[in-house]
Amino acid sequence: MTSAWTWYVVAITVLNLLGCVWLLRSNVKRRPTDPKPDETGHVWDGDLTEYNKPLPRWWINLFYITLVFSVGYLIWYGLGNLRGWGHWSSKSEWATESAAENARLDDTLKLYAGKSIDDLAKDAGAVSIGRAIFINRCAACHGSSGHGATGYPDLTDDIWHWGGTPARILDTIQNGRQATMPAWASTLTAQGGATAVDDTIAYVLSLSRPDQPKDAVERGEKLFAGICTACHGPQGKGNQVLGAPDLTDNYWLYGSSSVALHRTLDEGRQGVMPAWKEQLGDTRTRLVGAYVWTLSPHKEPPPVGAVVAE
Amino acid sequence: MVGVEGSYNDKVVRQFAVMTVVWGVVGMLVGVIIAAQLYWPGLDFDLPWLSYGRLRPLHTNAVIFAFGGSALFATSLYTVQRTCHVRLISDKLASFVFWGWQLVIVAAAVTLPLGLTQGKEYAELEWPIDLLITVVWVAYGVLFFGTIALRKVKHIYVANWFYGAYIVTIALLHIVNNIAIPAGWFKSYSVYSGAVDAMVQWWYGHNAVGFFLTTAFLGMMYYFVPKQAGRPIYSYRLSIVHFWALIAVYMWAGPHHLQYTALPDWAQSLGMVFSLVLLAPSWGGAINGILTLSGVWHKLRTDPILKFLIVSLSFYMMSTFEGPMMSIKTVNSLSHYTDWTIGHVHSGAIGWVAMISIGSIYAMLPRLLNLPKMYSTKLIDLHFWLHTIGLVVYIASMWIAGVTQGLMWRATDPENGTLVYSFVEALNATKPYFLFRLGGGLIVLSGMLVMGWNVLRTFQLSAASTAPQPVLPPDAADARA
Repeated sequence: MTSAWTWYVVAITVLNLLGCVWLLRSNVKRRPTDPKPDETGHVWDGDLTEYNKPLPRWWINLFYITLVFSVGYLIWYGLGNLRGWGHWSSKSEWATESAAENARLDDTLKLYAGKSIDDLAKDAGAVSIGRAIFINRCAACHGSSGHGATGYPDLTDDIWHWGGTPARILDTIQNGRQATMPAWASTLTAQGGATAVDDTIAYVLSLSRPDQPKDAVERGEKLFAGICTACHGPQGKGNQVLGAPDLTDNYWLYGSSSVALHRTLDEGRQGVMPAWKEQLGDTRTRLVGAYVWTLSPHKEPPPVGAVVAE
Repeated sequence: MVGVEGSYNDKVVRQFAVMTVVWGVVGMLVGVIIAAQLYWPGLDFDLPWLSYGRLRPLHTNAVIFAFGGSALFATSLYTVQRTCHVRLISDKLASFVFWGWQLVIVAAAVTLPLGLTQGKEYAELEWPIDLLITVVWVAYGVLFFGTIALRKVKHIYVANWFYGAYIVTIALLHIVNNIAIPAGWFKSYSVYSGAVDAMVQWWYGHNAVGFFLTTAFLGMMYYFVPKQAGRPIYSYRLSIVHFWALIAVYMWAGPHHLQYTALPDWAQSLGMVFSLVLLAPSWGGAINGILTLSGVWHKLRTDPILKFLIVSLSFYMMSTFEGPMMSIKTVNSLSHYTDWTIGHVHSGAIGWVAMISIGSIYAMLPRLLNLPKMYSTKLIDLHFWLHTIGLVVYIASMWIAGVTQGLMWRATDPENGTLVYSFVEALNATKPYFLFRLGGGLIVLSGMLVMGWNVLRTFQLSAASTAPQPVLPPDAADARA
């Protein structure tokens, strides 16, 4: 903002405020030629008339008080590129306030620095802070109870696509995950004909739901062995290093309907967990990890045959 | 005595008066529907045309521009003829303004549910409708100021200053804010961008409140309050001071909608201080209306129309006190984006704007139809109580909900400085008040239906007596040669 604009703003502001003062002053006193307070001068529409009573004193004072306050406020807080006497700016206010809050937060956080999330999970205070972070940062996708939604993993079960050890969960939170399920439909069709996608779906479903059409399952198994095992393993038990889900557990991140599974094969899936370390800092990601650790029962071991990430 | 001849053009006034009631019912019904959707989100039946985001602008446009607008057209065209002692300058132009404005409303009612919008609050309508509004508005200006020019009295009555200021300013606001580059018939891009766009939008938005919803309705107040009370206006001098102060200061208040945003700090400060300065000019109009009742307060016991007018002024005072307070940065940091703002808007809209309009229509209609009074005064009284109770339930629940939201969003744990609640927890805490709000809205709507019945019966009574009314000759001392 150039100083010409600043002075333009100052000028019209001052002019407007002074105009109000002039308007008040010139109407507070009755001039000799004005009608008397109880005189009703003109008549409109048969019976509409006006008194000319004086302005109420309290009202005049109220007006002046707001005008004086305005001038003082603008001098203190500044106008255009003229800094106010108070040297205030919203940026400096934010910097001061956040520095104070961060200092207070640091006092709290240093108690928990560097600890593993399963250790922190035993500390009720740590879990409570972790929950506060979770509901404000994580709940948008994983739900306020951590039960997830289509495309967003349920955190309250024992299924961990990227590994369920404390270190692995923390790594997921801090550095994020980028899952890539390629779109396999055209490759499958090239290898197994028009029914190839349906056959593959039938085989994958049969891993947790045995009542699938037998011939389709048999055709699908061959296609699966040629393409899908690379990530999902020969038995479909998954690979936590790659984030390839176990296909035998009847948990379906993107749904198990025919439409959903077709979409998975037609278009692939690109699940993204954002990296939080930069935003939250090390200790707060540990605290939120501690809360997440408490959500899961930790009773079921990872499936036998899976590639387990430690 | 100056010789006058001819009669007033009351046809256009009657048309707009009837449409005030019709659009009032429609607009408030849509309000009730979206209030229900906020409590039961499934009520959009997964139909895009019924989704909250499309019906909400339909509600605001219907109550502001269809209901409020029709009331303003009706009363301004009635007032300007009566206080200038002359018929409207052109009957054809009057007819064009009526049908043109109805076309605008119907176009809005079709395009908004279809999702055609500029995305600017209170200026959602796309550019072809904006052009139609501009044409109709210019015709309205010619009709109004042309009639003033032909007046048979020397002095322009105070109500006409306010109506005149509103007509000029709304033209300016509408044109500047809606300048856009069309990209097809149903799509356009604003010429402004970023913080400038936001500033222009809220310069428009707040002055739509200031000039459409305030200045114009003060014009209504200055005719119907002294008329209904049978008393002189309290102070001519006060009306001069608060008129000029109001129109000079309102123009600056827009940035208070953008506190703590990317708008430069100094512009936010200016918006705040001019909002505070606005307190006295706003109250000036209200006290001039209320003190006009000096000596005839007893009439409030028997005249429900006067009750509508005076209680509307009380709500005007209350919301013009609340507004400046909410513009203070510290208060705004709590109140902004919460339902407190919704409560504030509705105490102004249902309290001030709707009540002064309803009272004025009740006062004007029998006079238009050569009847001594409305079909039923008791039903006016019933409407008054339904309206007032519904309004109080509405704004009280929004105050509680809004302050609850503001406090829960900012609550930090004093022990460790982390946020205490998630967004959905605050939503959950305020959900019961959404039901109260719906109840309040339903009560207000039921009052409007009572009004519809009363108006219908009054028209039936008048079937034989709508002969044109002769222009009243002005008082000899005030006559203009």
